Amino acid sequence: MEPRKRGQLIHLLHQAQTQEGYISAEAIAAIARKLKISEGEVFGVVTFYKGFSLKPQGKHKVTLCMGTACHVRGAPLILDELERTLQIPAGETTPDGLFTLETVNCVGACALGPIVIVDGEYHGQVKPREVKNLLVKVDENLDRLKEQ
Amino acid sequence: MKITNIEKLKEKVINSRDKTKTWVTVCGGTGCHAYGCMKVVEAFQEEIKKKNLVDTVGVRTTGCHGFCERGPLVVIQPEGIFYQRVGVDDVPAIVEETVVNKKIVEKLLYRDPQTKQAIIHEQDVPFYSKQKRIIFGNNGLIDPTDIRDYIAVDGYQALAKVLFEMTADEVIKEIKKSGLRGRGGAGFLTGLKWEICRRESAPIKYLICNADEGDPGAYMDRSLLEGNPHSVIEGMIIGAYAIGATEGFIYVRMEYPLAVKNITIAIEQARKFGLLGESILGSEFSFELHVFKGAGAFVSGEETSLMASIEGRRAFPRQKPPFPAQKGLWGYPTNINNVETWANVPLIINKGADWYSKIGTKSSKGTKIFSLVGKINNTGLVEVPMGISLREIIYEIGGGIKDNKKFKAVQTGGPSGGCIPAEMLDLPIDFDTLTKAGSMMGSGGMIVMDEDTCMVDVARYFLQFTQEESCGKCVPCRLGTRQLYEILTRITKGQGEPEDLKRLKDLAKTVKTGSLCGLGQTAPNPVLTTLKYFRHEYEAHIFRHECPALSCKDLIIYYIEPEKCVGCLLCLKNCPVGAISGERKQVHVIDQELCVKCGACLDVCPPKVRAVSKYTGKKKQQILNKEKKARRR
Repeated sequence: MEPRKRGQLIHLLHQAQTQEGYISAEAIAAIARKLKISEGEVFGVVTFYKGFSLKPQGKHKVTLCMGTACHVRGAPLILDELERTLQIPAGETTPDGLFTLETVNCVGACALGPIVIVDGEYHGQVKPREVKNLLVKVDENLDRLKEQ
Repeated sequence: MKITNIEKLKEKVINSRDKTKTWVTVCGGTGCHAYGCMKVVEAFQEEIKKKNLVDTVGVRTTGCHGFCERGPLVVIQPEGIFYQRVGVDDVPAIVEETVVNKKIVEKLLYRDPQTKQAIIHEQDVPFYSKQKRIIFGNNGLIDPTDIRDYIAVDGYQALAKVLFEMTADEVIKEIKKSGLRGRGGAGFLTGLKWEICRRESAPIKYLICNADEGDPGAYMDRSLLEGNPHSVIEGMIIGAYAIGATEGFIYVRMEYPLAVKNITIAIEQARKFGLLGESILGSEFSFELHVFKGAGAFVSGEETSLMASIEGRRAFPRQKPPFPAQKGLWGYPTNINNVETWANVPLIINKGADWYSKIGTKSSKGTKIFSLVGKINNTGLVEVPMGISLREIIYEIGGGIKDNKKFKAVQTGGPSGGCIPAEMLDLPIDFDTLTKAGSMMGSGGMIVMDEDTCMVDVARYFLQFTQEESCGKCVPCRLGTRQLYEILTRITKGQGEPEDLKRLKDLAKTVKTGSLCGLGQTAPNPVLTTLKYFRHEYEAHIFRHECPALSCKDLIIYYIEPEKCVGCLLCLKNCPVGAISGERKQVHVIDQELCVKCGACLDVCPPKVRAVSKYTGKKKQQILNKEKKARRR
């Protein structure tokens, strides 16, 4: 059953990410030891899949759906607005660690497009002008962040 | 509790249930979840407790009903009264009026937009009445987390039939005869696939359910896994019996947490009931099933990549042959089918291949579930017989285009598919007609586009997707998709060159022929079909710096018509970058240098005023020149 041991890799990475919020260097080393493969191989798998992050995530997670249905209903305009408001490009975390902005390919709730998910809560048919309120509602520190 | 007689269990389940009980069923699909349906469920439970109705009224969270546009959906059974857009505030009225007094709450009924008539029963709503929901229909009746609900609707009877009345060869013969083709995209004959794998002699064989539904805008597989997971499991056990597999995997996208949860619960329950594991239903057949959560890579939907991913590697595709049926997971023969394909299997066994093959067209049998999304009135999942026309799906089931706009195209097959123009609305849909039109069935995404959608931008969108998702193994795909994307981006910015049209075509051909897997081989399809059917839009962008759909940001301006503006300050207040100036009751002006083209001004300008317009091409230039002149003065 030796070749099947490696089959646990993605499962273990999911576990590590759930526990720590990201994949730390220590987690990579521990998993490599456990599966008797090199750290380089684990690292290669981590960077291949979008679901794993090597960086710690922000306190609040803002996810924008970029599926086709959301795209034709104006998701790119929402992305512009999110990036402008948070002052970071998609995929990054604000320097104060408050927000992580990410885009996903489709969350499959197309009737509500464009969709912004803030900390697991779905906001449907979002308009560019509503973006700022959505974020301020989650964390009042946002305004301070903007002033800085 | 290990069971040996499924028929008896069904009787027991049905007899144990109070038939006089009223059931409030609430759709619990991801779409309705996003609308907040769980709060509605809680409100019903509380209200029923408060009114002391617990013994006579039950609440059931079911799988996706498909009519996502109108969620949260509530159906009162057994009467089948259909309420839509139900909020927490509506709950007391439904309990008091409908559940207790057996009256209808008029304002929650669905109204036919054409006839304005209120419709009481689910099956009479045009969205449903034109469908043929043989796979998807049970979703609304059963609680996916309770195996007894599935058993009550004849669940696992096909499995019992197969195990005790049919040989493996007979099963394969039946599936072959039904004409079932894989619902994952390529449309390979399922029975034939099974036969090839069965013929391989090997000590171990594996079975995989591909639930890595990656096409953006397509979510039918997820809804089946979430809403009727046992139909997929039953199909897989039957497949395992036919092929001789002893172990199986369901590879689910990590983006589908509810599907992962429901399928995991379903497997546990099936194991408890003796439907998975050692000697299933007391027979000599044993089969074990695991859930494997993906990690976010579109390419892992390709079967050889998917297997690499289960093995704990990067999801790189490999050369075929050897096909997975010969050398698959860990080197052993492996059969892979998609979720919807597996869900078709129990139905074919129960009703027979002859019954099944009567549905559909000559080359494509049965039904197909499409995810009808985009600029359409009735967004949702629709199950229709193969051979139905696009027009019927879009206008009769889908209720036409949003805001009475003009239909432009429908995109099928996700990033591997193409755009089909209005001239082809009467095309009967099956595997072969779509391929002939330059698109493909894919897993069943159907994205409707209207006059406001720019087809060059759509092509750019898909190439952005594929260049990001290309695994990088084949150079033509890795670099070619990137170049296609960059050329398309340039065109949407008004920097296209006349030679780009030929460049795109040549490059598309190279990527198609020089790539190993389906991702690269089909990635140029969105470019090729838009070039074929919407060449004029490319030409407008390149030669006249004009976006006919008024969508490409770099080619349009927002402009406040001085003769229409009433100076209400609304747009000024809503502009996120302070690009609008003006006083109350005076004409407002947009500073084109500052404007980021977010469209907020157009959005907030009152419908009675409609002072904000978008312009492109010549007209845009005229306005800019005029403003320049005025500033110089």
